[in-house]
Amino acid sequence: MAYQFDFSDIFQYREVFLHGIRVTAELTAAGAVFGVGLGIFGAWARTGQHAWLRSVVGAYVELIRNTPFLVQLFFVFFGLPSLGIKLTEMQAAVLAMVINLGAYSTEIIRAGIQAIPHGHLEAGHSLAMTRLQIFRHVILKPALQKIWPALSSQIVIVMLGSSVVSQIAAEDLTFAANFVQSRTFRAFEVYFVTTGIYLLLAILLRQLLRGFGQFLFGRRA
Amino acid sequence: MNDFSTWDIVRNLLLAARWTVGLSLIAFTGGGIVGLAILLMRTSRYAALRHLTRGYIELFQGTPLLMQMFLAFFGLSLMGVEVSPLFAASLALTLFTSAFLAEIWRGCVESIARGQWEASASLAMSYLQQMRYVVLPQAFRIAIPPTVGFSVQVVKGTAIASIIGFVELSKAGTMITNATFAPFTVYGMVALMYFALCWPLSLYSRSLEKKFNVAHRH
Repeated sequence: MAYQFDFSDIFQYREVFLHGIRVTAELTAAGAVFGVGLGIFGAWARTGQHAWLRSVVGAYVELIRNTPFLVQLFFVFFGLPSLGIKLTEMQAAVLAMVINLGAYSTEIIRAGIQAIPHGHLEAGHSLAMTRLQIFRHVILKPALQKIWPALSSQIVIVMLGSSVVSQIAAEDLTFAANFVQSRTFRAFEVYFVTTGIYLLLAILLRQLLRGFGQFLFGRRA
Repeated sequence: MNDFSTWDIVRNLLLAARWTVGLSLIAFTGGGIVGLAILLMRTSRYAALRHLTRGYIELFQGTPLLMQMFLAFFGLSLMGVEVSPLFAASLALTLFTSAFLAEIWRGCVESIARGQWEASASLAMSYLQQMRYVVLPQAFRIAIPPTVGFSVQVVKGTAIASIIGFVELSKAGTMITNATFAPFTVYGMVALMYFALCWPLSLYSRSLEKKFNVAHRH
């Protein structure tokens, strides 16, 4: 083959890559924390007593799960300013990730909540627990424990999906790759290395979430 | 400057949506065929093939679809092939889909009772015959709801093709926004069109799942 692979240029730009990795990690962390938080609220509303709240959350979940993340991101970044909501790239990226993960985790956590046996709730009532106590101790924790693997996968998917935030010029890992590519013209090498980094990040994040699950729920998780 | 009426926007987006549908069909068909081959290797008796395909699935599930598209786009052109965005997007989406479908179907194949394998082996069936006549017909039924569900991911995945320059629904949305300066309306419509494509698939998948569960609950 005539083409000579050359990875040496890329190494010079390691600072750029490291910055990109940091931004991707920050985006993922913020997206995961607030996204799962939103998901817990959504799942609470979805299994609650208010019919209107159930249908509002249901519509939100369906709308987000049936549209591409890229379009959600563009809508947030380019569309919302016409309503007077101006966001920086990073804010828009985080907001889009939170909205996206919020919908998926609502559905995942709801499944966990509905798998809680009814007798547990009655046991909680008979111990004179308040509604909030029951939700926290009897419903939420066992539900999260049950669906933790599914939730972890979804967080990894969101991390990988975050590569498109480079399209609104948020300076994540893909943005770094595009930058280095435009400087070195070594497109294949750059994206090859970047893909490898994403793979490592995905494996690392999966391990991290497994460890966090064990920390939260004990070894049996 | 041209004035775009709302109808102009809708019409142009609908024209572009044909490419979203087309690319989805290519990816889903190609991914189904490749996925079946991967599935056969993933469940084969040869450890080397199992490990190889496990790595393949891990690779495509553990990296962003955008990177896969970039690599298809730039990698193929290194080999001296003139690559159109459509070809690169089709290739990347096909491989991406095949990895996910193979993994979904593996779960279905493995849920078939061990005794079915043993019975068919005792009838001196080869691995491919066992698959073809005994296992796959049963696994097929279980596989339909999650497969239809995954098709939603494929349709949404085609949006990434806009980044390597393939003009489908998302790219058309960006182009029209640049001409009309009405991002709220345009991206809103783009989202609604994706929704119109994906929601029926989601609902269908869910109803199939219910039907299947009813059959199993008695």
